[in-house]
Amino acid sequence: MFGPLICKPGASRSNKTGPWRTEFRPKFLKKNCIACNMCLIVCPEACISSQPLALSDGKGALSGQGKNTYDFDPDYCKGCGICAAVCPKQDIEMIKEDPALQKG
Amino acid sequence: MSKTLFNSGHTACAGCGQSMAARLVVDAAGPNTIVVNNTGCLEVFSTKYPESSWGVPWIHSLFENGAAVASGVESAIKYLGKADTINVIAQGGDGGTADIGLQALSGMLERGHNILYVCFDNEAYENTGIQRSGLTPYGANTTTTPPGAGAKSMGNIRYKKPMPEIANAHGIPYVATASAGFPQDLQRKVKKAISIKGPKYIQVHSPCPLGWRHETSFTIEVAKLAVETGLYPLIEYEFGMISSRRQIIPKPVEEYLKVQGRFKHLFKLPEEIKKIQEIADNNIKKYGLKVEG
Amino acid sequence: MKEFLEGSQAIAEVIKLCRPGVISAYPITPQTHIVEGLAKMCADGELDSQFVNVESEHSAASVVLGAVATGVRAYTATSSQGLFYMAEVLYNISGMRLPVIMTVAARSISAPINIWNDHQDVVSLRDAGWIQLHAEDIQEAADLHLIAYRLGEDKTMMLPVMVCMDGFILTHGVETVNMPIQEEVDKFLPAYNPPYKLDVTNPMTLGPLVDPDYYMEARFALNETHKEALALIPKITAEFAKVFGRNYNGLIEGYQLNDAERVIVAMGSVCGTIKEVVDELKKKGKKVGLLKITSLRPFPAMHIYQALKNIPKVAVIDRALSIGSFAPLSAEVKAVFFGKPKRPKAVSSFIVGLGGRDITKDSIKEIFRLLTGKEKQGEFIDLKPELLKESYE
Repeated sequence: MFGPLICKPGASRSNKTGPWRTEFRPKFLKKNCIACNMCLIVCPEACISSQPLALSDGKGALSGQGKNTYDFDPDYCKGCGICAAVCPKQDIEMIKEDPALQKG
Repeated sequence: MSKTLFNSGHTACAGCGQSMAARLVVDAAGPNTIVVNNTGCLEVFSTKYPESSWGVPWIHSLFENGAAVASGVESAIKYLGKADTINVIAQGGDGGTADIGLQALSGMLERGHNILYVCFDNEAYENTGIQRSGLTPYGANTTTTPPGAGAKSMGNIRYKKPMPEIANAHGIPYVATASAGFPQDLQRKVKKAISIKGPKYIQVHSPCPLGWRHETSFTIEVAKLAVETGLYPLIEYEFGMISSRRQIIPKPVEEYLKVQGRFKHLFKLPEEIKKIQEIADNNIKKYGLKVEG
Repeated sequence: MKEFLEGSQAIAEVIKLCRPGVISAYPITPQTHIVEGLAKMCADGELDSQFVNVESEHSAASVVLGAVATGVRAYTATSSQGLFYMAEVLYNISGMRLPVIMTVAARSISAPINIWNDHQDVVSLRDAGWIQLHAEDIQEAADLHLIAYRLGEDKTMMLPVMVCMDGFILTHGVETVNMPIQEEVDKFLPAYNPPYKLDVTNPMTLGPLVDPDYYMEARFALNETHKEALALIPKITAEFAKVFGRNYNGLIEGYQLNDAERVIVAMGSVCGTIKEVVDELKKKGKKVGLLKITSLRPFPAMHIYQALKNIPKVAVIDRALSIGSFAPLSAEVKAVFFGKPKRPKAVSSFIVGLGGRDITKDSIKEIFRLLTGKEKQGEFIDLKPELLKESYE
């Protein structure tokens, strides 16, 4: 008899941390994005992705590929604002979230 | 969502520098990696049963024995003949590395195990509520080094324990400091370390918005300022000798201190800020950080 | 094959035959000869094992934890202060359900510092969740290690086991030992094949944070597994007898209990002395016997009940204290009878042989003699009252 001892890999995905956001969420303007990949690399929640799907170690995205395709996953985003702070083209804005739209 | 070995859904604070750094480290190391983790923020927020963020085999034992458990994992892998294909990473916070974990770390380094030790340096015992550790910098406000009512009390009176130098003094092939503010540099250093046989030590400066009292969106900016003021030099040692340093055009330390609530009280004590500037200046001189010309 | 061996050397030989992949220990008297023996075997190429010279017992236990978690059989050994230093790791190992096997050369605990044999160290760790087996002589000590690996690594168990052998008496004593051969050991002890481990082809998270919603079940499961071990241990010793030809019960051993009126309950090497005294007294027509307890954990309560329920006078020997309360083994033995239909008329508690004080045949005879009188509570045998007059005015 063993009981609760071991977790399956990646099982944290069942914990949606999106409801943690209190005020702001990122808005990806998708106008001047140069696909530098920085937002994807720095997001502490790993909830930013692009087309083509980029590995967060920068290997999957060659520079320039996937311009203006970056976006965030509202199921996990905690609204920290780091993506907007690092974007070299100011192509991400932190906007006030409409509570009606925020997933519960 | 992009593919990563450190999945979303962990319960780190918004803007946590350590969660960022942890993901960068494990993704740079790749799936053929076993991670041994000390008790601390990272372990607690990434593995609350039954949820785990980790996509690699991962084990947590106690607060101070990560380096020793990793020594056992590495020895087992050697016994199984898989030493050339599997990476072993031991990781812990600054408290678990420099204080309670120093003995186990020293033993691991001295025995020459093929293990990369990563210290996530958020400069206090953040997981238990922001208490002072051996890597808390001079002047920082923590709950066990609070500035008092009198004008004389200024927070932490001790200087950071020079852990990279202590690691280097063990005669290991690779030591580096890194920062969450320089993610590609961090990943480069992790990959380089893993390619070297023997014990390696990387210390990653990991801002903590909660403990350092800065805006959650400032994490990268704060980490960069620590490096750009000279307070957190980014250097590499190979076989005891400095092989690289990130050169800077030094900014005055006030720029770093003023964006963090944990240094707010120092602005009434200009003498203390001068001392911190001295720390930065000494680093710049000692490691040759200033861009010449 | 019969060999005349120092106890430590016999253990080293047996461990070699068990094929551990990782050995890690920190030196402490009187365990040192075991680990030195293993180091020499590795150096001579007789034993293919990773020998990790750690900087403390806490790390030694951590190294074997890591190795077993990676799916490789491991071994460590310690004593006294070392056992206490690694105490938190021991609870961690049992809680994580990793079958680490460890020899403890039972030794007294500081302060005052004393390097000689008693049971204070191992008895103090009886709550750690490890199976705890006590050897009477060197042969049994060696055999219990084989049994320990087979038992701990069983897929229904996944429990760590500590084999206790009295420090100096058994570690440094020399006896004729029937040493097994590799073929026999390989037949009895299959390769370690755990249901969970650190494996890049099948990643798992070991040692997560478990909050109040889940913790109790993990601890319940550990406790239940110890109960299941009570049923498994005799099965394994029966398998052992088939392969090696030596019979052990594994939980208890009754000696001359059939018509006994006075029985001593004890653990460890003192049982050898008690058996000799029982033989001597029986020749004089005295009805005396011994109940040896091999397994302190899991505690074989029902087996002890069945063995002693009709015995009028029982004495429990403790070689450890629970300062401020009943002597630990006596308290557990007494608890066996509460609420049961039958029980001895008296269960007396004696404390003997602390800090290596010799337990002679006369000491045992004295206990049998005291059993004829009133029930005794925590009576110290061979105490020197003149030494209690120290004062520090």
